[in-house]
Amino acid sequence: MSVKLDSKIPSGSIDTKWKDHKFKMKLVNPANKRKHSVIVVGTGLAGASAAASLGELGYKVKAFCVHESPRRAHSVAAQGGINAAKNYQNDGDSVYRLFYDTVKGGDFRAREANVYRLAEASVSIIDQAVASGVPLAREYGGLLSNRSFGGAQVSRTFYARGQTGQQLLYGAYSSMMRQVDLGTVELNTRKEMLDLVVVDGKARGIIVRNLLTGELESHVADVVVLATGGYSNVFYLSTNAMACAVTAAWKAHKKGSYFANPCYTQIHPTCIPVHGENQSKLTLMSESLRNDGRVWAPLKKGDLRKPEDIPENERDYYLERIYPSFGNLAPRDVASRQAKFRVDEGHGAQGQEAVYLDFKDSIKRLGEDKIRERYGNLFQMYDKITAEDPYKQPMRIYPAPHYTMGGLWVDYNLMSTIPGLFVAGEANFSDHGANRLGASALMQGLADGYFVLPYTVGDYIANTKLGEVNTSNDAFKATEESIKAEINKMINVKGSRTVDSIHKELGRVMWEKCGMSRNEAGLKEAINHIGQLRKTFWNDVKIPGTANELNTELEKAGRVADFIELGELMCRDALTREESCGGHFREEFQVDGEAKRDDDKFCHVAAWEWNGSADKPQTRHTEELTFDNVHLATRSYK
Amino acid sequence: MTKQTINLKLKVWRQTNPQTEGKFVTYDAKDISPDASFLEMLDTVNEGLIKKGDSPIVFDHDCREGICGSCGFMINGNAHGPEKSTTVCQLHMRHFHDGEELVLEPWRATAFPVIKDLMCDRSAFDRIMKSGGYISVNTGNAQDANAIPIPKPDADEAFLSAACIGCGACVASCKNASAALFTSAKITHLSLLPQGKVERGQRALDMVAQMDAEGFGACTSTGVCSASCPKDISLTNIATMNREYLKAVITQKEEMGGGDGV
Repeated sequence: MSVKLDSKIPSGSIDTKWKDHKFKMKLVNPANKRKHSVIVVGTGLAGASAAASLGELGYKVKAFCVHESPRRAHSVAAQGGINAAKNYQNDGDSVYRLFYDTVKGGDFRAREANVYRLAEASVSIIDQAVASGVPLAREYGGLLSNRSFGGAQVSRTFYARGQTGQQLLYGAYSSMMRQVDLGTVELNTRKEMLDLVVVDGKARGIIVRNLLTGELESHVADVVVLATGGYSNVFYLSTNAMACAVTAAWKAHKKGSYFANPCYTQIHPTCIPVHGENQSKLTLMSESLRNDGRVWAPLKKGDLRKPEDIPENERDYYLERIYPSFGNLAPRDVASRQAKFRVDEGHGAQGQEAVYLDFKDSIKRLGEDKIRERYGNLFQMYDKITAEDPYKQPMRIYPAPHYTMGGLWVDYNLMSTIPGLFVAGEANFSDHGANRLGASALMQGLADGYFVLPYTVGDYIANTKLGEVNTSNDAFKATEESIKAEINKMINVKGSRTVDSIHKELGRVMWEKCGMSRNEAGLKEAINHIGQLRKTFWNDVKIPGTANELNTELEKAGRVADFIELGELMCRDALTREESCGGHFREEFQVDGEAKRDDDKFCHVAAWEWNGSADKPQTRHTEELTFDNVHLATRSYK
Repeated sequence: MTKQTINLKLKVWRQTNPQTEGKFVTYDAKDISPDASFLEMLDTVNEGLIKKGDSPIVFDHDCREGICGSCGFMINGNAHGPEKSTTVCQLHMRHFHDGEELVLEPWRATAFPVIKDLMCDRSAFDRIMKSGGYISVNTGNAQDANAIPIPKPDADEAFLSAACIGCGACVASCKNASAALFTSAKITHLSLLPQGKVERGQRALDMVAQMDAEGFGACTSTGVCSASCPKDISLTNIATMNREYLKAVITQKEEMGGGDGV
């Protein structure tokens, strides 16, 4: 079984692997590229950059998104920045240091070779972005500006105010629209992938539902790329957009693509706290704020005073106290955990599930104008949501689900366990290990799309015999029929529970039992509960309307059905991994609140194989991780 | 911290599909928390409709933090509602008072046909982008990002124009349903940057031509587009577009063929 999990990491030293591998890859000659087609599902940073780059090379590309326009993809919401080892600040940065920080930041649960390639590509990403018109922040001399982000002691983050994701996405989107104009990319909007079609063991197409009409459509290609993002919405409340779903990845998983490390989820430390029962999503306050904001909690237990009434000596700047060398820029998993400990111990802000992020000292030091220039839009967003002015009183913040490091297993070429199915960006598992450092998600999405897939997809095509397939093939017909049956089954339940009420129940279980901290008993309870919830869904869900029209409740229901199955797998993965690492914190395995890894037993990737039914437990496969360059050590930010 | 909830009356445009006629239907929104967003208020109304077996009110939405540009409809005749610089997903119920009656309508413009209820088709914006809203650079062609310094004021101004989220509030507010603010923001963003200057003339000609072909109206500089813009895109963008367009028309050279090819 383990034969299947060949990571295909090239031999040679870490700094020449990718270069040598690129040279050894087979090429497709320009005239032949026109004969090959690639489907790209998802048009965020990874998908749009991949579609644009593959289109430029001459492949026939079909891009799909659930939105009305690719510009709506959730990459648009990334705030703080993108890392790159440019060393423009002359502060000791290098490709090797970015590689080192990322491997350590991921708590030694990522693949060294992938991370090194990511660090190498980071440099070209900034060049590409600027060339395509992304207005990154600049200094008065006209050169690019940098800020600092968590888990690093150098300043390597490029940014566009608090809208870096938006600007980078528009860059990739406009490059893709240029290819649409040139006829190499066909854009399909408001279409949701509902299954992968596998012919003779290879990914050869997808079935999508036209969200406006309800019609199912078959699309054939030589290669399928999934760039469909992460699964934080399994928690119901997260910083993800409402349409973010695991559906495309999950359907591929059920067709044979292994799902790796599902329990690795990132709970971001600085989000606006929950306001009430009817809340639909949570809003992030960028990590960049921790450059100038100081995190604290009341020193006294059960202190209900307003923050301005708490004197300086009764405030606990706990990140600065516990982690003097990184201070407020401790990585996300660490900062989130410490916030939870403060609240659990009764030090919450005014007795609530929140701690403070305070700009008082920075405003005194730099002036309000400087702070406005750096974070104006974030302060405004906070003010709008909470009706509190962060220039006058500290922000209240609390951790919230934000990003998922787990995803479909891919080899070094970003190909899944199904030949011809490639996975890019947040949807794959490859680069961040058990915790992602800030400003690394944009970097990974664009590295995969601009600089990895254009090579590895070509190599696959050049090396593979791809027979003629069209939509009348039995595999397409059978897949379409099974989707139809599932939709009909769902819509005909006509029960009493709304889709949102089931999703909320799932979210609550996941947050309480498989969130910031986990334990054996809780995870077992969750698995039980989710199993029951799956039955509830299929026996009692209420979906109004029909399948042959625009039906937003039906769309949501399909996604929730997949989240339920995924949630159960996340809990099983968390239960099996009897160690703590990064964002995966098992209460049984800790040293004074810090994660305690077990490298003897768990220095591996866990990749789960679907066994044909949600009632059958999935099979766990492993890929051993070796660390030849960054030596396994206890991660410390003290 | 329990706060006083409010009750509202909503007159909502309901339209089953583009072919059928729509009409206003009145709904009660009860026990709404002032901390809820406008869309969360609609979620609550929808949850009630679904429980009764009715079809929920359809509206576009996604990020719910004011950046994706998906949401947007008219509230009492104002695009995105009464608050300045705010998308409807970031509009909170504390800005409304108990017993208020609100009229909700989709964007109204020939170039934005209604799809269902409050959702309309803004793909015309994508086609304007496709006609020239880019810099012709292939992946891998880029030189070092610091090779061309860009004066900070230019970079900052380009950013302000590039901040447009493409929600369509400008079109919906304009009495001519003009897309001049949207189109000019992209033309301005790219013409300010050295990388975008090479194609500035052809870009202005192509994007303006596409904007006209989509059926958007002409600009008569009333400024309501900018006033209703949730991202405060400045009216001066339109002046820049007009200048770029005029300059391109006057200096237009015959295209010699070749172009950027595929």
